[in-house]
This record gives sequence, structure tokens and C-alpha cells, in this order.
Amino acid sequence: MGKILPDSAHSHAPGGPPGPLMSAHSDAPERTWRSAVRLEKHLWPAIIAALLSAVAFLWASPFLWTLVASFRPEGAGSADMASLLPDLHPTLENFRNALESGSFGLYYVNTIIVVAGVLAVQCVTVSLAGYAFARLRFRGRDVLFYAFLLQLMLVPPALIVPNLRTVVDLGLYDTLPGVMAPYFASAFGTFLMRQTFLALPRDFEEAAAIDGAPWWAIIWYVLLPMAKPGLVAFAIVSITAHWNEFLWPLMVISDPANHTLTIGLAAFTRGAEGGKEWGVLAAGTLLVMAPLAVAFIAFQRRFVDSFVFSGVKG
Amino acid sequence: MSVVSTTSVDGIDPDRAIAVRRRRPRLLPYALLAPSLLFLALFTYLPVVRVAVEALYDKPHGTGAAISYVGLGNYAKVLADPAFQKAALNNLIYAVGVLVPTLVLALAFALAVQRSTRFAGVLRTVFFLPSLVPLVAAASLFFFIFLPGIGLLDYYLAKLGLHGPNWLGDSDIALWSVIGLTVWKNAGYYMLFYIAGLQNVPRDTVEAAMIDGANAWQRLRFVILPALAPTTAFVTVIALIQLLTSVDHVIVLTRGGPSNATNLLLYYIFQSAHENFEYGKAAAATLISVAILLAISFGSLRVMERGARGHG
Repeated sequence: MGKILPDSAHSHAPGGPPGPLMSAHSDAPERTWRSAVRLEKHLWPAIIAALLSAVAFLWASPFLWTLVASFRPEGAGSADMASLLPDLHPTLENFRNALESGSFGLYYVNTIIVVAGVLAVQCVTVSLAGYAFARLRFRGRDVLFYAFLLQLMLVPPALIVPNLRTVVDLGLYDTLPGVMAPYFASAFGTFLMRQTFLALPRDFEEAAAIDGAPWWAIIWYVLLPMAKPGLVAFAIVSITAHWNEFLWPLMVISDPANHTLTIGLAAFTRGAEGGKEWGVLAAGTLLVMAPLAVAFIAFQRRFVDSFVFSGVKG
Repeated sequence: MSVVSTTSVDGIDPDRAIAVRRRRPRLLPYALLAPSLLFLALFTYLPVVRVAVEALYDKPHGTGAAISYVGLGNYAKVLADPAFQKAALNNLIYAVGVLVPTLVLALAFALAVQRSTRFAGVLRTVFFLPSLVPLVAAASLFFFIFLPGIGLLDYYLAKLGLHGPNWLGDSDIALWSVIGLTVWKNAGYYMLFYIAGLQNVPRDTVEAAMIDGANAWQRLRFVILPALAPTTAFVTVIALIQLLTSVDHVIVLTRGGPSNATNLLLYYIFQSAHENFEYGKAAAATLISVAILLAISFGSLRVMERGARGHG
């Protein structure tokens, strides 16, 4: 089984000859033709696979270095710090140092508060707006829809200067809600939920409406349970975006007690420059990257689908 | 589409339909949109108005300083500022320098990993992973990779007997180092769109080209690439918007230096407002970048429409 599977997958490869053509090939009598086909079938894929492996290794090398260096003992000396070969005596020392010197625990809590707060409010705003655009007819619907889509072009990072003034005016400077506020409305989320609702059959909500269910009950009990895949896709994109965000929190937050992971890591990187504690820097970077990377590897299919949808927004 | 044609709206009893409609107050749609519109107004529409008005005034930093109307003075100041000119030019080089290799790699990766083998699955993960990590974390990693002498790059170049330049310290090289980081970070993200786009390339056409004797390169050049034109147009637009609005790596790695060699538009704005407290200049530069973003988006709508028509 293990041997058959790769071969059969190979002959159905998109670039390769499809079924009907294969029989035409095997009808050809000359040996040279056959061996040429065999060459093309085996040599080229081997060369391409080797080339791809090399590129993939190059692509993964920053991560490989992070993994190796973060478990390397401090005494290893900085001359060979760049080596990608794992050390024989791995240690957790670097992680302990990173957690202690960087107060990463606090940064985790702040980041989770921001990510969860943004997502919770977004789920409400995008579900309501998505429902209105998908199911209700009203004057100005098209104009309002385009007004929403404007946020896809005028992305929040472009407006950091005036938005910071607004956050100060609202008394939210140096608070986590100040970091979250510009993201409470999401054009992408509204668009995604509208598409999700549009794809659902109307029968259930009409039945519910005839039974006298109010609009909020229809959304909550009828539509949202069926729209879960859309919400999950939106959640993945939203969580990733706000876990990784840096510039806006950097502008809003000044008190170290309110720092998020990315701000902490940036300060940490600047600190490492002087101290030459590369193992600790690698450990700190790993601490910031690990949650999303692990989630991605565990739920690859869902992540990929969500991000492809995130592109369809335009 | 099938959903629309099979809905029971037309088949429903008229009395019932009226009953259903009557249950929905006329203001309900606006009430449902209100929470979103409130935040869009606060953080997307009004900021543009605010920044347009405030760019007309000069407000020196510090309390008690007098605010004076300067008309287009801030725009004149920004446009005449060598740092702004450098940032604008850098951003152009950066955008083109990232976009071209990213698109080529994204398509190459997509072609390589579209099979459903385990090897292709591993490659897909490896290529996509950089786009999942924070730009700040990527910058932290490349901070060590680019480190003179003992960094990852120089360490392995030395094993090959090569001597690298000062990747971030040399003003002729630094922008290209930042470009390299960004290509590594973004290529896997755009790969996803090409994987999705490749699934829409008509199989028949590719097979017909093969029967006509087209080799792999000809099939790519004359069949697959034209079919992927809408994907390429779309990826170009989202990439350009992203390349104008993310500077996390510049903040961590170079702070726009050495001597403005890696200064980009958004970094210039950030620096004017956050470090130099020149609010009028920051406002004017923000409005210039908003204009560029809108020009890209509306310009691309035309291009994509034409592309869609050409393929429709």
C-alpha cells in the first residue's frame, strides 16, 4: 500500500499525461520512445524534487536555527552560534531566561486579551452587518456596502496618525481597548459573513419567521449555527492578524505593563544586540511564534482555506 | 446561484410573505449596520477628514504653542523634505523589488506543491510558515541572520570561502536585505492564491496544448499564465497595499537607516508623528499615502474588470 500510493499519485500529477493519453503512449512500439518517456517520467521529477528540497531547506533554515539555538547551552560560545547542527546537551535555560527577563507571561496575557476582545466584538458586528447585506432590502444598500469595502483599501496601519489622536480623545490612550478599537468593525468579516449567509437556503429562517421568531432569534438560533465554517475562517484570519500586529500597539501603549508579545519581542531584540544572548533571543522569538505555528500545523486545511478566502475579499 | 433560483420566496403564500415582511421593522437594516458604521466612521472615514483638515495647520510640539494656519505649507514642506523623497523612492524600489521575485516564487511554489503527495504537503507547510509568523519575529530572526561575522548568513558564506557585505549596515545593501526578508516572508502567502487559481485553469485546454505538442514551458507561457492573469492582478494589488502599509521589520532592524537607506513612507509617517512630533508633516504625508492607496485600488478595479471581461 505504502508503495503503491505515491506511484499512483504521481501518474495523476497535473503536469503528467492524463489517462487516455497514457494508452496512446504505450501503443508506441519503439524502445527508444519508451525509454525517453521513462527518462522524462523518472529523471525530471528526481531533479525537481532535489531542487525543491534545497529551496525548502533554505526557506526553513531561519526556523531550524531558532529551534537549534534556543535549546543550545549558553556556554557554547558565540563563534559557532550560527551553526544549524543541534547541540548534544540541549537545555531549557534560554527559555527560562527569556521568560524571566522579558516578562513574556504578562505579554501573553495582554496579547490574548487583545486578540479575544477584538474577535468577540467583531463576531457581533460582522454577523449583524453580514445578515443585513445578505438578507434585507433597504435604501442605500449598495452605497453602504461600498462604504464598508473602503476599509479594505484604507487599512488601519495607513491611518495610525489620526487614529492615535482619536484614541487619545476617547481617553483610551495606553489601554488595551485603545489597541482593539479600530478593528471592531471589519469589512472583510462583513463580506465573508454576507457570502456565507447568501449560500444558505432561506427555508429554515422563513419557517422560523412564520412561527413568530424575532430577527435576533433567527440569526442566533437558525443562521449562525449553519454559518459556523464562515465564522471559523474569519476567526483564524482575525486571530493571526492581531496576534502578529506590532505598529499600532507600539503607538498606543507606553506602560510596559500593557505591552503585547510583539512589542516585548522588539524591545527584547534591541536588548540582545548589546548582551549577545542569541540563544535567549531565539527562545523569545520561538515563544512568540509557537502558538500560531502549532495551531497551523494541527489545522492546516482550515488555515489554508481561511487565508485563501481572505484574499477573495478584494 | 442555485440557492437563488431554488428559494421559496416566489412559491410562498402571498399572505404569509406579507406577514414575514411585516415582522421586520423598516429601520432594522440600519440598526444592524449601526455598530459597524460607528467604528468605521471613527477609525476609517473621519480620520481621513481629520488628517485633511489638520494638514492645513502647524501645531508646534509642546503646551501653549500657538496653532497657525499654513494652507498647503505642510505639503510643500513634506515634498521638499529629502527624507520624504528618499522614503518615496525607497518604497518604489522596495515594492517592485519585492513584488517581482515574490510573484515568480509564489507561482513556482504553487506549481511544485499542487500534487497531493506527502512531500508536497511538507513543502506547502515550509513555504507558508513564514507568512504566519509576526513580521517582528521575522525581523528578530533576520537580525541574527544578517549579523556581521557570526550571523547565520556570514557563518555559512565563510564555509564556502565567501565574505558577505555588512547586510544592514551598508547603505547600498540594506534596502535589498530588507527586500530579501520580505520576499521570504510573503511568497508563501501568495502561493496559496496561485494554488487556488491553478485549480481553475481548464484541464481541457492544457491537455489540448499537450496533444498539439506544446512542451512544459510553452504550456506554462501560453496556457497557464494567461488563465492565471486574474490571480496575478489580484495578488499584485493586495501585495502593493501590504508593501505600503507594513514597516514592522524596518522599525526593529534598521530604524530607516543607515542614512535613510531603508526609510519607507509609513516609517517616515511614524517617525514624523511618534519621534519628531511634527504633526502637520505626518498628517500631510498620511494624506499622500491615502491618495496612493486609493489610486492603486481604483486603478486596479479597472484592470481587474478588463481582465475579467477578457476571460469572460
